[in-house]
Amino acid sequence: MQMPAPDARVMALKARLVERLQEVLPKAAVIHDPAQTRAYECDALTAYRCPPLCAVLPSTTEEVAAVLKICHAEGVPVVPRGSGTSLAGGALPTADCVILGVAKMNAVLETDYADRVIRVQTGRTNLSVTGAVEEHGFFYAPDPSSQLACAIAGNIAMNSGGAHCLKYGVTTNNLLGVTMVMMDGSVVEVGGAHMDAGGLDLLGLICGSEGQLGVVTEATLRILPKPEGARPILIAFDDNAVAGACVADIIKAGVLPVAIECMDRLCIETTESFAQAGYPDCNALLIVEVEGSDAEIDHQLDLISRIAEKHDPVELRQSKSAEESARIWLGRKSAFGAIGQISDYMCLDGTIPVSALPLVLSRIGELTEKYGLRVGNVFHAGDGNMHPLILYDANKPGDLELCEAMGAEILTLCVEVGGCLTGEHGVGIEKRDLMHAQFAPADMEAQMAVKDVFDPKWLLNPAKVFPLDTSESRRAK
Amino acid sequence: MRPTTEDALAHCVAEASGPLRIIGAGTRDIGRPVEGAEISTAGLSGIELYEPGALTIVARAGTPVAELEAALDAENQRFAFEPMDHRGLLGTDGAPTIGGVVAGNVSGPRRVAVGACRDHMLGVRYVDGSGTIVKNGGRVMKNVTGYDLVKLMAGSWGTLGVMSEVSLKVLPKVEATASLAVSGLDDAQAVAAMSACLGSPFEVTGAAHMQGVTYIRIEGFEASVAYRAAELTKVLAPYGTAEVAMGAAAEALWLDVRDVRPMQSTPGDIWKLSVRPSDAPGIVARAGAQSVMYDWGGGLIWVEVAPGTDLRAVLGTFSGHATLIRASEDLRRMIPVFQPEPAGLAAITSGLRAKFDPRGILNSGLMG
Repeated sequence: MQMPAPDARVMALKARLVERLQEVLPKAAVIHDPAQTRAYECDALTAYRCPPLCAVLPSTTEEVAAVLKICHAEGVPVVPRGSGTSLAGGALPTADCVILGVAKMNAVLETDYADRVIRVQTGRTNLSVTGAVEEHGFFYAPDPSSQLACAIAGNIAMNSGGAHCLKYGVTTNNLLGVTMVMMDGSVVEVGGAHMDAGGLDLLGLICGSEGQLGVVTEATLRILPKPEGARPILIAFDDNAVAGACVADIIKAGVLPVAIECMDRLCIETTESFAQAGYPDCNALLIVEVEGSDAEIDHQLDLISRIAEKHDPVELRQSKSAEESARIWLGRKSAFGAIGQISDYMCLDGTIPVSALPLVLSRIGELTEKYGLRVGNVFHAGDGNMHPLILYDANKPGDLELCEAMGAEILTLCVEVGGCLTGEHGVGIEKRDLMHAQFAPADMEAQMAVKDVFDPKWLLNPAKVFPLDTSESRRAK
Repeated sequence: MRPTTEDALAHCVAEASGPLRIIGAGTRDIGRPVEGAEISTAGLSGIELYEPGALTIVARAGTPVAELEAALDAENQRFAFEPMDHRGLLGTDGAPTIGGVVAGNVSGPRRVAVGACRDHMLGVRYVDGSGTIVKNGGRVMKNVTGYDLVKLMAGSWGTLGVMSEVSLKVLPKVEATASLAVSGLDDAQAVAAMSACLGSPFEVTGAAHMQGVTYIRIEGFEASVAYRAAELTKVLAPYGTAEVAMGAAAEALWLDVRDVRPMQSTPGDIWKLSVRPSDAPGIVARAGAQSVMYDWGGGLIWVEVAPGTDLRAVLGTFSGHATLIRASEDLRRMIPVFQPEPAGLAAITSGLRAKFDPRGILNSGLMG
């Protein structure tokens, strides 16, 4: 993975830049000591690190605007950062950039239960949005697995999803309005507490633009009434393909589960020895969760059981209590941590049509042989969002590169069967150089033209999303 | 021009020497009247892929909605966003196309619960104003690969590109539908009642107020619908006694809401307002309306005013947006049909238009 060489002109600007930034921010909010800027050298894609020129932590939209105005005038690249939990390197700095962190901006600005909206500053963490409204029986639906730590700013940048988006949709489906600071320091309001756009759907364009179009400082989010209850059923199979067929049948039957999660043998065994969730000995395991009143849940779980029974499962385990539900979810929720205990791993995020699941799983098996690296599969089966975890040894020279090559081959396979490179993590730097596999030059040109409009000098998070050679002429301006 | 392949469509646009008027079947004559040579996408027709188990359908843009709905019906599925049929309200005829639905981001009453057309869009192929074929999105449920131009194309009314293919998420049909009705509420009480229901855990999929009656819809498995109807009756008790209708009667009612039937044969101009629900009664109180109908729990207001009225001028500043849906061509030339944007957003919009359609030939001026 390459990043552009730092711009010597910008590097030489550091002292003056820091001085100018300190004029518009409290001193403590401008971090420029190399010992401290290291804290911002990477996000959750820890394989790549680079301390920024400096980092700023503004507290208001006005301060963000003042910072961007200065960086715009000085021609300094800016990398926006939420909580730094991106798995795609979305907040990875370059040596010549200013990291603009929104972590201090975490206030709730307004809650309205009658209109079912909340307005927050975007440094607020995902889970604490729900925390602010749950006493009144509401929640914020998108639930990325990093939700304890990840910020709404990053959720909007990456259009984050989660296990429950099968029913509730991803960030873009739950976002009503934003306050956004443009690279030149001007502030725009897009949307509000009402639905849909009055003109072009700029909100839809901004959501998922990976911090390349502007810095979103405030957001109006849709909140939903909490369901009366939720319970899962665990279904174990001998064969991945059968599990895939069962998923398709459940969906076709008209049941709308809130989540359908799947794990393969490697993940089941690893989490079992780590978390002792009591999972059966099997090759594929489905966790299907439904919501409603007790009677409604029983009815839906019975329907799902009947469908599953036609596929000859090894075991069916219908939760009857909160305790049983917690045990069923325990292993799934520990999966990433459990794998992390036994090995370094790279988490992929390709999405495929559900019907291609058996084919893709068997091809991944073949690639395991070819590369000599093990792969665990844990994924959102209901919407085809795979998370193959490639196990490698970070201390073994060449293993990371081998792992990346295998990852690239798996993601290219996802595109070949009609899917995409990333379902919920974003492109960042991680999938940047694979974009050619999914998009023709004209497709990427159309997207880059959008950035030209919002950020003509290509200063916002410039080395991400688009392959470096493709964006070079624009970035070189 | 009526191209039958995407390449032919691209050729038509590339070779155009002047403005083009892009239409599907022409049943949604909304926007500032457009001059130019007509390109119809009706020749680009047919379902390309339908995977019921993956809840995905891909069709060429000119495919009639009716054809898609028949295919979905055979698998007991549907478009959950419930696209409105504008023919009754606008007095047009023809077979509405899926491209037209997407171009207008056309939704129905269920929008309040499941999202708009744009929320169900998975992918798009289009020809931009230079004649270049572009694709964005795909056919899978979750996709954050690159910028989301799919949302941008939805609701762009053919002004950024001519769509050739769309892919959409579909959902299973439901076993049962029930509708609760409470009569005699004033507008503020009606919105409060609808908010109470939408804020309950009973999964309301429609909340409308028209002709003095407030309606709440629930859908799902038979037993579940019966249970939730009983629970919602309790939620509504402070506002009045709810009468429950089931099955065909309930379904027909929501078709009326979807297609704004009470205003179909009225004489006035029709405006569509998207607002914060609790603001809605106050906005309506100063609208000088001849008739009014609320959907989306009060978030959508259909307003009938005397012909030639500039409703935005009457209302002054409000939070949300107003679109002039039915009016004379003269009025639609005279005042903006779509809500004018503040300067910052207007600059972005015109910048995008200049990129997608550098010659400004695609439905030029339709959105203002």
